[in-house]
Amino acid sequence: MAPRTMFEKIWDTHVVKSEEGKPTVLYVDLHLVHEVTSPQAFDGLRMAGRSVRRTDLTVAVADHNTPTWDLSLPITDPIAQQQLDELSKNCDEFGVTLYDRFSPLQGIVHVIGPEQGYTQPGKTIVCGDSHTSTHGAFGAFAMGIGTSEVEHVLATQTLRQFKPKTMEVRVDGKLSPGVTAKDVVLGIIGKIGIGGATGHVIEYTGEAIRTLSMEGRMTVCNMSIEAGARAGMVAPDATTFEYMRGRENVPKGTDFDKAVAAWEELGTDEGAQYDQVVVLDAEELEPHVTWGTNPGMVAPITARIPIPQEYEDSGEQESVTRALDYMDLEPGMRIEDIEIDRVFIGSCTNSRIDDLRAAAKIAEGNKVDESVYAMVVPGSNAIKRQAEDEGLDKIFMQAGFDWREAGCSMCLGMNPDILKPGERCASTSNRNFEGRQGKGGRTHLVSPEMAAAAAIEGHFVDVRDWRG
Amino acid sequence: MEAFKTLNSGVAPLNRVNVDTDQIIPKQFLKRVERTGFGQFLFNDWRFDEKGNEKPDFVLNQDGYKDASILVSGRNFGCGSSREHAPWALQDFGIRVIIAPSFADIFHNNCFQNGVLPVVLPEDVVQKIIEHSENDPDYRITVDLEAQRVWDENEEIVADFNMEPFRRHCMLNGLDDIGLTLEDEDDITSYERERSEHGGVVPA
Ligand code: SF4
Repeated sequence: MAPRTMFEKIWDTHVVKSEEGKPTVLYVDLHLVHEVTSPQAFDGLRMAGRSVRRTDLTVAVADHNTPTWDLSLPITDPIAQQQLDELSKNCDEFGVTLYDRFSPLQGIVHVIGPEQGYTQPGKTIVCGDSHTSTHGAFGAFAMGIGTSEVEHVLATQTLRQFKPKTMEVRVDGKLSPGVTAKDVVLGIIGKIGIGGATGHVIEYTGEAIRTLSMEGRMTVCNMSIEAGARAGMVAPDATTFEYMRGRENVPKGTDFDKAVAAWEELGTDEGAQYDQVVVLDAEELEPHVTWGTNPGMVAPITARIPIPQEYEDSGEQESVTRALDYMDLEPGMRIEDIEIDRVFIGSCTNSRIDDLRAAAKIAEGNKVDESVYAMVVPGSNAIKRQAEDEGLDKIFMQAGFDWREAGCSMCLGMNPDILKPGERCASTSNRNFEGRQGKGGRTHLVSPEMAAAAAIEGHFVDVRDWRG
Repeated sequence: MEAFKTLNSGVAPLNRVNVDTDQIIPKQFLKRVERTGFGQFLFNDWRFDEKGNEKPDFVLNQDGYKDASILVSGRNFGCGSSREHAPWALQDFGIRVIIAPSFADIFHNNCFQNGVLPVVLPEDVVQKIIEHSENDPDYRITVDLEAQRVWDENEEIVADFNMEPFRRHCMLNGLDDIGLTLEDEDDITSYERERSEHGGVVPA
């Protein structure tokens, strides 16, 4: 057989039916569901008298609307409550497993999938959420879908898809200390642009990717969608298998060994061709900070805010001007001089134990600047417990960070955690669109280390030479 | 789903690139559990000021544009979140066609599920349509899906577009994907049977 990329191998094993000129009917191995994008899908099933075809391949979680304050307190937003109730009711009626707000395993859908071992190499994984690309870190083909497609998967356990193209993004060399997975992916998006991978599935390769932890790989894959990609993936290897070993829902004993043997075959064959190849040099990467209103508007910490007149394209000029206006930034000012009001460490991009450890290391023995309100929101209850066992919560609280319950929180501000108009936030999340974290709020995307250091200084600093 | 064949309508120009779904429908309006009624929130933060009053400089608040069923905009339209609320809001507001040089993948897909037609035209043609419509609120164009062609009244602009034949077929006939796939249910069942003979899918 001709050499194939990892994506092609996974695609091929999941084809249920393919006909010339029509989208392929692709089998879905794991369908993750959350409260915001599912009510209309369940409703559609109900109206058509259809059932969920494979409840054993479907898992639901309440995460987007859930407050991150004390669980004993009531939800004050009646519409959020309604959406959560609707999810419980639907899961009950259709027989779908649900991690609700009170489940000890609750968390952000893209955090608990891998954590509970649902996410596995070689699987096709979908969820009505664009950051489903996160799961590709395990060598799965994982992508976000819309609500009609959610309904389609619930009813048929398949998806109709035109085959995407492939793109290799290779990051050669080693990352310098203080430069993280977040900076890798921001660097990539800065290079190829937010539409740069549209229509493509990205496979991340190269030494810098191979040496990332699973948490780091998830951060990179998570933001694939911000470059417009259908999905992002990393070939599974020893790091992947070690992360998975012993987790709930992962095969055990000799079954695990058998599974590993199969997973080892998944990687892209020697000689297989990608439709596009992009190469970056890890050694050139610095900590990054976004300055604009999409993730492609990003620059190294040592840079200055761009000057609109220096862009050749008039459309570009206009969108930079508009972004700087919204962000209230002076062209040409140093990024280090940007002062912040809020810090958010969390979201499916950067709320895993590795991220919290890295931020805690910066926070330890320091104090959050008086002008800043900073919060840490673990990605799941399990991470929260682990962090507490390691004493990270104490470190954060002593430094003046607020320590919250798990959830999406201020990543998109659908729950009570939001920015006020004009507030400026250093955030470890994935989107800096206008109003994303609250109407009129201004978001700068950074790594957990950079966010923690900014909290302490009240403005951005280069963590590479920062000593608290 | 409503079928789409041809449409003659006014044009609302939104001359921006990378219009993201957070702008099309801000998250505070995602909490409804129905599919309908999202039009009132379309482009909320651009359309309304703090007090909820219409901002007169936003195109969809202006006479001649607010009733247009065709929206024309810059490249990478619909990037960001997968929220299908975006095409729901557009459709509910009365937009049936979006013309742009390119679309983000998930949004593009979602449009087809909801009878909203995304039409890709070359950047220079899109710019011309934007200019014409900005200069003249009464400017109209016709979008013919059967012929895959867009033209204006005096045929100053005539442009052909491409579309996946299958998608076009479904749009022309208002076909629903789930019904189509369920016609292949036997294939799904035999796929599942074969898969389980080879170790199968690990149940979630
Ligand atoms: S953390 Fe943010 S990006 Fe991730 S699933 Fe939640 S809302 Fe979406």
